[in-house]
Amino acid sequence: MATKPPGNDITSAMPAPEPSPGTAIVSSDTVANPGLPGEHVRVTDLDPKEEKKAERRIALFFSLSIIGSVIAAVSYVIFPIIPGDMASVRANNMFVGLGAAIGLLGVGIGAVHWAKSLMHGHELVEERHPTRGSEETRQTAVEMFTQANKESGFTRRSLVRNTLIGALVATPIPAVALFRDLAPAADPIAKMKETMWAKGVRLTKDPSGVPIKASEVTIGSAFQVIPEGLAELEHHRLEEKAKAAVLLMRLPVEDLVEKPERASWSYQGIVAYSKICTHVGCPVALYEQQTHHLLCPCHQSEFDVSNHCEVIFGPAARPLPQLPITVDAQGYLVAQSDFTEPVGPSFWEREL
Amino acid sequence: MTNTRVPRRTGRRHPLMGALLLVIGLFVTGGAYAATSAGIAMAETPPVSQASLIDEGEKLFLANCASCHGLNAEGREAGPSLIGVGALAVDFQVGTGRMPMAASGPQAEAKPVQFTQAQIDALAAFVASLAPGPGMPNPEHYAGDGDAAEGGALFRVNCAMCHNVAGAGGALTEGKYAPHLRDLDPVHIYGAMVTGPQNMPVFNDMNLTPEQKNDVITYLKYLDETPSVGGFTLGSLGPVSEGLFVWLIGLGGLIAVAIWLTARSN
Repeated sequence: MATKPPGNDITSAMPAPEPSPGTAIVSSDTVANPGLPGEHVRVTDLDPKEEKKAERRIALFFSLSIIGSVIAAVSYVIFPIIPGDMASVRANNMFVGLGAAIGLLGVGIGAVHWAKSLMHGHELVEERHPTRGSEETRQTAVEMFTQANKESGFTRRSLVRNTLIGALVATPIPAVALFRDLAPAADPIAKMKETMWAKGVRLTKDPSGVPIKASEVTIGSAFQVIPEGLAELEHHRLEEKAKAAVLLMRLPVEDLVEKPERASWSYQGIVAYSKICTHVGCPVALYEQQTHHLLCPCHQSEFDVSNHCEVIFGPAARPLPQLPITVDAQGYLVAQSDFTEPVGPSFWEREL
Repeated sequence: MTNTRVPRRTGRRHPLMGALLLVIGLFVTGGAYAATSAGIAMAETPPVSQASLIDEGEKLFLANCASCHGLNAEGREAGPSLIGVGALAVDFQVGTGRMPMAASGPQAEAKPVQFTQAQIDALAAFVASLAPGPGMPNPEHYAGDGDAAEGGALFRVNCAMCHNVAGAGGALTEGKYAPHLRDLDPVHIYGAMVTGPQNMPVFNDMNLTPEQKNDVITYLKYLDETPSVGGFTLGSLGPVSEGLFVWLIGLGGLIAVAIWLTARSN
């Protein structure tokens, strides 16, 4: 008894010290421990008729399960998958799935119902085992460490130990070099600021890559445009398309409000705007040809095409970038240059 | 069986006879009316020369359209000018019931067609006579016998953003919407692409060639005829209806099962 620290043993009859005023916990109105709730008595415990009923109900679930399993197996034969006939896949999936679902749910529901209504219903309290190991286990562990230290000389041979620690610290160095090289070879920020568009690149139709003449774009038209050469790209085609996709529209010239510095960017009411939303980069292509509004389907940003695609509703922060266009000698629409600002959503290094 | 005490109430004396007579009478009068009015309609339909077709169309126009579009189809506040819109635009707008409009609103909605095809043809002939515009297409360009895969690619690039990849339609701004494209008359799909009704952009023959338009129609026909392999489509509306189903039915079902598992048996 004397080895036990005082206080841990609540049975030791030490007189409790007087609590100092202010920190005293008034214990007179604490809630008394109500103990475990009393035994729950079920109708099946009281009434043999109810017990019989529950038994039949459980058996019914198990029988349903048998029927379901049979349905699943039979359906697989009755509704075969006929190659080329999609409707047969649907019927097969539906009936096999329904049968299997009834088969599995029947077992599950029956078993749970059995446990809840018929099986022994007494509630037990199981004490959690202590997490601390026994004294004996702890002693053995210490002995093992001591012995290992003695046999290896880990603390004695300090040269060996220190070089080992040095070697372990050095092992991740090659990984740093390797993983560092997974980053893009070129500056990724520069890539976000440029697209395939350049001076003289023709505007072509998505997905065919057929160049577009200015005369083909009638008033009210909307063309989905990719730069010339994109359709033939073998590598990074989708990456390039995700940056360079453009919507080409022709508005009545009188509806178009143009800043003087951008007056030369359109051609007889034909304007080209980046299709990549400046909010989070969804393709903005829901064009209303009479209101000249462009709607982004993801977060309902609305852009006014007649007024430099200024944002008139929604979360987008900036107007869509405009692609300066003109016509070449054969009458095809060409870009005057790349976009004059990065397309798509904001990124850390973007100016503005 | 003796029937001396209670006379059987059959034949003319049957209590239901009165009701039957009433029904017969209604059918006879209704049928006679339908027959005579059909006779009138028949009298209107025989093939007529182009000039009289235009005359007929003008009369219909003045009676049904001029109040909004103007006596000479020159356009007014309530309705745009129809000079140069062509026969195809008339066939689409009137043939789908969008015109005459039931009420002014964000957009004209499809509703039961208000005219016979002969009357629509006459109206179209009249509007086409005002100025040249897109005419009725060659039936082989909307036969729906093209390349469905190619049509699907074109549909996804040019149409799916508004009309939904499965042609289920979608919302636009301020109460406008892109209508669904299921089970439509192919000539109306063709007409919509060429004329760009309301806020739909125009897809002229240089943008989508007539063959490509036929491919798009073929794709839509394929959608109409091919059942969904995955079972219920929930309107093909994508994450909206599917998400709602999963959150309400799926998650709700799991919660119900969890409650049942932990509830005490009574």
